[in-house]
Amino acid sequence: MKCQQCDKPAVFHITELESGDVRELHLCEDHARAYLNQAEGSGGSDEPAETGGGGLTGPLTVGQTADELAVLDKKACDMCGITFFEFRNQGRLGCPHDYDQFEKELEPLIANIHGATRHTGRRPDRAVTGLPEGTEELTSVIGLRRDMQEAITDEAYERAQKIRDAIRTIEARWFSGPPA
Amino acid sequence: MTLESLTQATGEWLKGTGPESDIVMSSRVRLARNLAQFPFVGRATEQDRAEIERFLRERIATAPVGQSLEYIDVGRLQEIDRQFLVERQLISREHAEAQGARSVAIDRLEQVSLMINEEDHLRIQCIHSGLDLKGVWEQIRVVDDQVGQVVPYAFHERWGYLTACPTNVGTGIRVSVMLHLPALVITRQIDKVFRSLHKISLAVRGLYGEGSQAMGDFYQISNQTTLGRTEEELVEQVGEVVPVLIDYERRAREFLVRETEQNVHDQVSRAFGILRTAQTITAEETMQLLSRVRMGVLLGLIGDVNIADINSLLVRTQPAHLQKLRGLELDTKDRNIERARYLRQHFEGTAPTPN
Repeated sequence: MKCQQCDKPAVFHITELESGDVRELHLCEDHARAYLNQAEGSGGSDEPAETGGGGLTGPLTVGQTADELAVLDKKACDMCGITFFEFRNQGRLGCPHDYDQFEKELEPLIANIHGATRHTGRRPDRAVTGLPEGTEELTSVIGLRRDMQEAITDEAYERAQKIRDAIRTIEARWFSGPPA
Repeated sequence: MTLESLTQATGEWLKGTGPESDIVMSSRVRLARNLAQFPFVGRATEQDRAEIERFLRERIATAPVGQSLEYIDVGRLQEIDRQFLVERQLISREHAEAQGARSVAIDRLEQVSLMINEEDHLRIQCIHSGLDLKGVWEQIRVVDDQVGQVVPYAFHERWGYLTACPTNVGTGIRVSVMLHLPALVITRQIDKVFRSLHKISLAVRGLYGEGSQAMGDFYQISNQTTLGRTEEELVEQVGEVVPVLIDYERRAREFLVRETEQNVHDQVSRAFGILRTAQTITAEETMQLLSRVRMGVLLGLIGDVNIADINSLLVRTQPAHLQKLRGLELDTKDRNIERARYLRQHFEGTAPTPN
């Protein structure tokens, strides 16, 4: 991720809470220092900054607003049901599908941690089985199991039966057993 | 495998053998893997966890590596036994303190261990004595291949192996070496060394893993990033700084002997003296003193003690090991007395200076 004020990599990620507004800043070391010095200088008095000004005025592009964050936080995984808010709190994802479901949100985070956004290492060898490398299809059973539970709770047994068959079909394909 | 047989044995990584083992205690690689068809452990129900455990055990049993593994049901162990496995580096502290169905599979040499239901469904670890990252990588690669043939690891075209925490995604690999750096500590150069390691994004931790304070001058150096580089590149990233650190430590040891021989001789002899005569001693002080004695032996200032012995004492004087060896549960005060007795017995008849 780039600094919001220049082309250097952003190494400081600041969340500002001001007048009920949440703003995220992504800055390089130099701009972060300048910003923090400015903020500290202007915050000399004990009065809360009512203008929303201080360090935030100027050429900074503001990241997510509180509203945008609130919407994002409610976004939930179709498979395991974890919300982005829960992930932000716990720092742990709920299931493999989260990497697809929250891909856009995770991308800057992962770029920041690893300085990369694509795997270049080993890959599973499924040549013998003819199965794909990616396991999205198999992970879909996590969602199907939830649907099945729901159907059972609703006493919709026919639907539950159909979902169970769908799960079994997928599992049969993936668990045909180790090649002899 | 029973815990009792483990108590009597000494893990391969403590043997004090292998290249550069005067400074490099051990080389370790771990891989984080998850099953595609279950939620990650943190979001799994109690039933999910039991199924994950059963699925992995059944499947791994069909792989060649499965033949040489024995399982310990960590979820059913007493706290002291879980602590014992942590001290032995066979499970992590997180695994010991977690809830629900979980287990660890260990090979006879204690080189390979597979933790089930830690933060990820499966954590494969391989550990060797001395500097042997390539050997460790070769061994764990084979284990990972074999398990990967019988278990559908969650994998994504773009993100690689999928993990519960995005900090492990991609290769899921953590490469680490445990170094004994007493001379860099004594000559106060250690902070400078660590600052330069952080700059090249390597992490430094104490002996017992994440968040632990470095005790007794033992430090663990490991990679921090797991995505965007191949496993071999990440092994290399850690591997290439080790000779530099070894060189610094050796030079600091030479400096100590050259410039302050009497002083350093006095320090290690006093440390040895306390270990051989103390009536009560904490685990922390024991580690600190064993570290000094270890250096004294390597500098030829203390005779009649071998390195494997010191390495083994570092683990055996830890709280859970001590209690298992004595067959008693003891409170802190009694442990300190028992630890001192154990050390005195161990060093009985050894000569404090080289013959």
